[in-house]
Amino acid sequence: MAEKMAMAKAINESLRRALDADPKVLVMGEDVGKLGGVFRVTDGLQKDFGESRVIDTPLAESGIVGTAIGLALRGYRPVVEIQFDGFVFPAYDQIVTQLAKMHARSLGKVKLPVVVRIPYGGGIGAVEHHSESPEALFAHVAGLKVVSPSNASDAYWMMQQAIQSDDPVIFFEPKRRYWDKAEVDPEAIPAPLHKARVVREGTDLTLAAYGPMVKLCQEVADAAAEEGKHLEVLDLRSVSPLDFDAIQASVEKTRRLVVVHEAPVFFGSGAEIAARITERCFYHLEAPVLRVGGYHAPYPPARLEEEYLPDLDRVLDAVDRSLAY
Amino acid sequence: MTVESSAARKPRRTAAGKAGTTGGKTGTTGTKRTTRTTRSTAKKSTDPDLVQLLTPEGKRVEHAEYDAYVAGITPEELRGLYRDMVLTRRFDAEATALQRQGELGLWASLLGQEAAQIGSGRATRPDDYVFPTYREHGVAWCRGVDPTNLLGMFRGVNNGGWDPNGNNFHLYTIVIGSQALHATGYAMGIAKDGADSAVIAYFGDGASSQGDVAESFTFSAVYNAPVVFFCQNNQWAISEPTEKQTRVPLYQRAQGYGFPGVRVDGNDVLACLAVTKWALERARNGEGPTLVEAYTYRMGAHTTSDDPTRYRGDEERLAWEAKDPILRLHRYLEASNHADEGFFAELEAESEALGKRVREAVRAMPDPDRFALFENVYADGHALVDEERAQFAAYQASFADEGGH
Repeated sequence: MAEKMAMAKAINESLRRALDADPKVLVMGEDVGKLGGVFRVTDGLQKDFGESRVIDTPLAESGIVGTAIGLALRGYRPVVEIQFDGFVFPAYDQIVTQLAKMHARSLGKVKLPVVVRIPYGGGIGAVEHHSESPEALFAHVAGLKVVSPSNASDAYWMMQQAIQSDDPVIFFEPKRRYWDKAEVDPEAIPAPLHKARVVREGTDLTLAAYGPMVKLCQEVADAAAEEGKHLEVLDLRSVSPLDFDAIQASVEKTRRLVVVHEAPVFFGSGAEIAARITERCFYHLEAPVLRVGGYHAPYPPARLEEEYLPDLDRVLDAVDRSLAY
Repeated sequence: MTVESSAARKPRRTAAGKAGTTGGKTGTTGTKRTTRTTRSTAKKSTDPDLVQLLTPEGKRVEHAEYDAYVAGITPEELRGLYRDMVLTRRFDAEATALQRQGELGLWASLLGQEAAQIGSGRATRPDDYVFPTYREHGVAWCRGVDPTNLLGMFRGVNNGGWDPNGNNFHLYTIVIGSQALHATGYAMGIAKDGADSAVIAYFGDGASSQGDVAESFTFSAVYNAPVVFFCQNNQWAISEPTEKQTRVPLYQRAQGYGFPGVRVDGNDVLACLAVTKWALERARNGEGPTLVEAYTYRMGAHTTSDDPTRYRGDEERLAWEAKDPILRLHRYLEASNHADEGFFAELEAESEALGKRVREAVRAMPDPDRFALFENVYADGHALVDEERAQFAAYQASFADEGGH
């Protein structure tokens, strides 16, 4: 039965369902037990499933991912939590050199069904290392799948699918959307994990985004509609693989594309989208693919983050520039 | 061939029963052990407190604590250990030669470390799981991995040519120390399953500096994971001596993590067998991790690309050659009449046959199909890989008119 719940709660319910359904599923990370995680996403899970399955780990990210790999080799399906985006880098070596490559290295003999949950993105007024969007650093690595839900329902189902996947999945959770509520129906038939979704139909321009920026793009489309511009909004949902067919279909209709993400524009996922869509839709495009995102500067102190993050006006500005071609 | 049965017949000893005896071990549980810790840490690091059962001269010496683990060993089993070491060395020499002949791109020789690897490898049970570095050819041999399978990655036809679950011998790991965490996680899984198997993680003195190794000590201690950390201190991390990695003998690091560490003569196959059996038994009994430092020497180069003459002298190598692991067991077998001329002659012939088999296997090893590069990137597939494979196929097909490409 459908129920309205916050994204954090939806992920909690999804983890609970997975723990319940499969004794091999484990949840592990720093403070995921009694505390329920710093965002309470794992609230109550240790109480119900025990310390052996919901594991408070030592404070060492490489150790968390490295032991999760070992547990996966033993037949477990660990879901690990990295507490914040900027803390994933001690584990980056294990993720890139081992987690991503071991299946290929073994010529397909071993599988590593590990989910790495990373609360990511800014807009919450945090201190340094708590607001970053490093998804491109993972999408660049063959062997990893990278997804990011934009709403509670997707968060619930994409987590189910990520845990069922035999590939490692980096699961980016937009922390500033944790408390946004949406209908979640545990009996629904979910969309495939790596398919994009049109969340608003339009004819004049396509806005493509994922995670925290989908909501912003919907607001942009609302504002543009008041000016008589009909924008299509595409929730990409998956960063690796990217659903280029869906982007292409939309762009062939609207002939204009603006990609929005919090991550720095330089070498970001928008760059890859721009290059490939230019190749696929060269004769359809009326304007170059534009990107709105972070600058080539360290994520700024909280008092400046509104300057750094894409907002309504910056995206509208890009929309205007595109339409002006 | 296996000597597993000999010590397995011995009654299991408890940790308490082992306290208070001599040996280079830093203990953490039990009161008597604390006393011994003080004594051994007070020793100079230049005076390694080795567990040794067989001297370089091939003389069997008693050891109050570890004799029990090899007490029932038969002459046949001793010959088996000798055979393992000789064949491993022969295989290793063949691989080095094949690199020189251009058949392999690289080889990492285990020359000098045969006792550490055969002794520890033969201490494992089939249901145990082994996580090697990239130099554990002797351990692979003990686990039943065909030596020719090790060569694929060094020839460049794959990045790991065996099924890790076929012999519970994981793929070689090239990034230093990463596998210590995999071993720890695997051991955590064994504990969750309630199984009595154990895990052994291999790494070297250089890897002891890696954060992953430190973190694996932490995790295994906190979760009491059934894992043995088997550190082959071969004195050199490419060109850097152990002094560049540590101020204390490596086995003493275990103390800070709350589990025992022991230094064993890594050129003494009997001592390595005994100490590893003890450590694996601790793991099986729920007593958690152990660090074994096998004090040995890399007699060859780091790899075939290395030039040790730039950083170390002949005297050191000659001193260690006198402590050769194979030589000392040879002396012992002869002196104790456990092996005759016929045995050594037969083994010589078997060695040559192995060399020939390896040589022929490598030369016959085909290059992989070019489309293999797109295989097994993902278990469940990936749209981009599919797209790029199709593009690659179309590109290849464009040469078809030119008579193949």
